[in-house]
Amino acid sequence: MQHLSIFPVLIPLLFGAIMLLPPLSRDINSQRVSAIIGTFFLLISSAVLFYKVNAEGVQLYALGGWQAPFGIALIADKVSSLMVLLSGFLAFAIMLYAIAGQDKGGAYFHPLFMFQIMGINGAFLTGDIFNLFVFFEVLLIASYALLIHAGGKQKTQSALHYVILNLVGSSLFLFGLGILYGTLGTLNMADMAIKVGQLEGETATLAKTGALLLLVVFGLKAAMLPMHFWLPKTYASASAPVAALFAIMTKVGVYSIFRVFTVIFGENAGELANIATPWLWPLAILTIAVGTIGAFASPGLKTLSANLVIISSGSLLACAAINTEAATSAALYYAVHSTLASAGLFLLADIMSRQRGKAEDRFVRSRPFVQPRLLGFAFAILALALVGMPPLSGFVGKVMILQATESGAQTMWLWPLILIGSLAALIAFSRGGTTLFWRHNGSVLTEAEPAKKIEIASIALLLCVSPIMVLFGGDITEFTQQAAHYLHDIQASAYGLLPGASQ
Amino acid sequence: MEGLYAFCVGLLTACGIFLALRGRSFSVVIGLTLLSYAVNLFLFASGRLKLNAAAVLGESEQYSDPLPQALVLTAIVIGFAMTAFAVILAMRARADLGNDHVDGTLPTVPNDLQQKSGGNQ
Repeated sequence: MQHLSIFPVLIPLLFGAIMLLPPLSRDINSQRVSAIIGTFFLLISSAVLFYKVNAEGVQLYALGGWQAPFGIALIADKVSSLMVLLSGFLAFAIMLYAIAGQDKGGAYFHPLFMFQIMGINGAFLTGDIFNLFVFFEVLLIASYALLIHAGGKQKTQSALHYVILNLVGSSLFLFGLGILYGTLGTLNMADMAIKVGQLEGETATLAKTGALLLLVVFGLKAAMLPMHFWLPKTYASASAPVAALFAIMTKVGVYSIFRVFTVIFGENAGELANIATPWLWPLAILTIAVGTIGAFASPGLKTLSANLVIISSGSLLACAAINTEAATSAALYYAVHSTLASAGLFLLADIMSRQRGKAEDRFVRSRPFVQPRLLGFAFAILALALVGMPPLSGFVGKVMILQATESGAQTMWLWPLILIGSLAALIAFSRGGTTLFWRHNGSVLTEAEPAKKIEIASIALLLCVSPIMVLFGGDITEFTQQAAHYLHDIQASAYGLLPGASQ
Repeated sequence: MEGLYAFCVGLLTACGIFLALRGRSFSVVIGLTLLSYAVNLFLFASGRLKLNAAAVLGESEQYSDPLPQALVLTAIVIGFAMTAFAVILAMRARADLGNDHVDGTLPTVPNDLQQKSGGNQ
């Protein structure tokens, strides 16, 4: 299948477009059916792509038959196919949850969801940096509309901040791109990686400006320290399936940082080698610290989950700052784990807040749950996974990150912060869980419905990944190591993608 | 020509950033619009400024880079859609929150400041 690489972009586009047209657009049930079919196809095609990349190596897809670097190329390598598989799985699980009733709050939920997945997959797959911008905009405009899905004051207020920030971010992205195109004369990422080593003097300074502007933009998406203020409020106010889908958005930012600052401005960039590292180190450390403080101060489960997203973002940025194969491998493992676990927590927080009446997800004494055992069990597993306690994948991920530190200074800064972050998460979860499950007054809310079977299935699907990632930990880490090796090997990740280019 | 062009882009960017940092959603939207104009001009210049140069082969002696023109076209379309969305969202926020401040609440002036501006007390 020659066109397999583009399926993860085309499938959501087609399904999203079909759902906007009359026979489907009028009836929510047929929209739900087609959304499930669409995300299922997406999951299958990304799994097949993942398998094929594993068996046959990098899949290079020249759009319209225009050869890179002149045309836009989609590159399905081990890193991008892993991320596409992750987003396909996440989309399927969240869509299962959404069709149980969360999609009724506003119009066009399913098409927008599909378009956002299309943007995310495109951003993972593209090998052209302007195309990356376009896919960023696709995923952003879908996310703007999804954020205010179901309406309400809170959502409008946080959406206004989110939209304005991201519009400024898009402008900076274009400024950065303009500078890089002006200095390098190409937009193909592999070609840029080859050409950037030849820059010197004033041109190199100019290119550095452009590259660091890109770091600001990706940092905004990844919730890096000075640009993280939008995240807790946005994620806490979004409706559950949207917040769960947003769990992968910060990873898109981190992924782009890896693409740009490991492959293009990495070891082989001449004067511009590793330009992001001196900035990434302190910012990553501070991001973890601020996330930790936020986790302590969270008044409710959704805000707590949002702050955990910031902590995980900080940990991933620290991996990008260490900038070795071991660190990249740890980041890939940890990204998969933390995306699925935080998505699961956002969905679970929604079920909980529906069963508690006015108290919603806040950590205050309130009515007991309708299904205390089921919810408690799911909460315990998710908490263990997110804190990083031994039997689950969070532990393996954090150990991999800790092992990746190289020098004494790196160890001295990163170990205490990651461990204190875990401790803070543990304390916040114990405190929150105690209040949520054990401190009750009044009786069970009469109009509260138990969680629907399909909602439980969706959360179970997200939950079961964590033990699976431990059981097959050996195979998965071997895979992430190969992927990291590919990313750090400029021969494979740049020269190999351009027929005719030689070192 | 380059100096004038760079000055104009810089001025637009400075005005855009200043307005985007204001508290009212209307001036923020205007600021974002100015910023996107500046970006479009900037992208256009990334292919170098040339006179009497066509982007089509066989039309003139000198050629200009056609790629920035394609990029600008894409950026204009995207920027336009985003501005439209921001305008609608700002109107919605004005209706939902009761004022046009980006934080949703009007900032309260501290007491001592009020007294100072009040004058003689």
